[in-house]
Amino acid sequence: MNPVRKQRLIVVLAVFLGLALATALAVYALRQNINLFFTPQQVVSGEAPVGTKMRVGGLVMEGSVVRDPDTLDVTFDVTDGKGTFTVHYQGILPDLFREGQGIVANGTLVSRERFEAEEVLAKHDETYMPPEVQDALEKAGHPGARKDAAGS
Amino acid sequence: MWNTLKRWYHQLGSPRYFYRFADVVLPWLWPLALIILAIGLVWGLAYAPVERYQGDSYRIIYLHVPASSGALMGYIAMGVAGLVCLVWRMKMAEVMLKALAPFGAVLAAVSLISGAIWGKPTWGTYWQWDARLTSMLILLFMYLGVMVLQSAIRDPRQAARAASLLALVGVINVVIVKYSVEWLNTLHQGATLNLFSESSINPAMKYPLLISMLGMWLLYAANVLMRARAEVLSRERRSGWVRKLVEGH
Repeated sequence: MNPVRKQRLIVVLAVFLGLALATALAVYALRQNINLFFTPQQVVSGEAPVGTKMRVGGLVMEGSVVRDPDTLDVTFDVTDGKGTFTVHYQGILPDLFREGQGIVANGTLVSRERFEAEEVLAKHDETYMPPEVQDALEKAGHPGARKDAAGS
Repeated sequence: MWNTLKRWYHQLGSPRYFYRFADVVLPWLWPLALIILAIGLVWGLAYAPVERYQGDSYRIIYLHVPASSGALMGYIAMGVAGLVCLVWRMKMAEVMLKALAPFGAVLAAVSLISGAIWGKPTWGTYWQWDARLTSMLILLFMYLGVMVLQSAIRDPRQAARAASLLALVGVINVVIVKYSVEWLNTLHQGATLNLFSESSINPAMKYPLLISMLGMWLLYAANVLMRARAEVLSRERRSGWVRKLVEGH
């Protein structure tokens, strides 16, 4: 390679790598702000501040959803296996909301055990399958049928 | 193999040869891209099975994923063109840099809009300042930035040099788009299609998706070749072969 080009290549690559490193450090330093939500573990361990507006996210615990028969009030537990707390919400939940699925809730942490949500969003996982396949997996007791509950 | 690639590189680096190449390829590439894209879209939108939780609303994946993947790959190609442009000062790299941006910007916009339309029925919101969504918005701005920078500087060679720096630096953002869902907590789910491990999508849904992706990439390629061909003609308008070409017709 001719020396002028070689030098240009080195300079360009050095600038690129320097900027990439700077960006990586900035994202790493700011990741708490870039992360969309606090996990249940962070809520329970005290990392998430009580009384301020924030988002929390996790899986809806199986069998924990309680709906008030007369109003739109609903409470459910959110977990990530390392911590659990209760979310209270008044309003219409998204269609994808179901036990075992991931959610992101926007609201206020009242105490370490209770979160008052103003908005509940459903997360969906990266698995796509037709209903018949899901039925077949469940019938066969295949662990893949519960894949959506295990990871988010 | 290496020598063939090297010969191609040098031949396609010549504007005149590139013009002939594009002229031969384009009449085939356009219909091929449109047919493949149509097959993928019709198969996916009408014949693929419904999803167990999302029902029919998941079908927008057949537009969303091809557009997003096209926008990301196009930007990487633009970054490579930028590097070649900065280091080797190759004319065709400048042309490609200019030709890659517009359709890439369109695809990034399609990805954002289709994602918002998909987000409302599934997540319950059109938009969240989630790392994946925000970095994709930045990708759109990078595309627009490259285009604007090119048109803001009159001298095409200077314009290309400025734009290639922006194109190259923006590649960092592509990495953030790709890995944001793994490194950070996001509303957007992780990758479904994996090159090196099993994809978590049912085959009956996957094949139409792969076909529409291929169709979209070919459509992008056809668009880039067409734009590059026009750009070559405009840059080489004073050269003998273009004059001959114009007078010959």
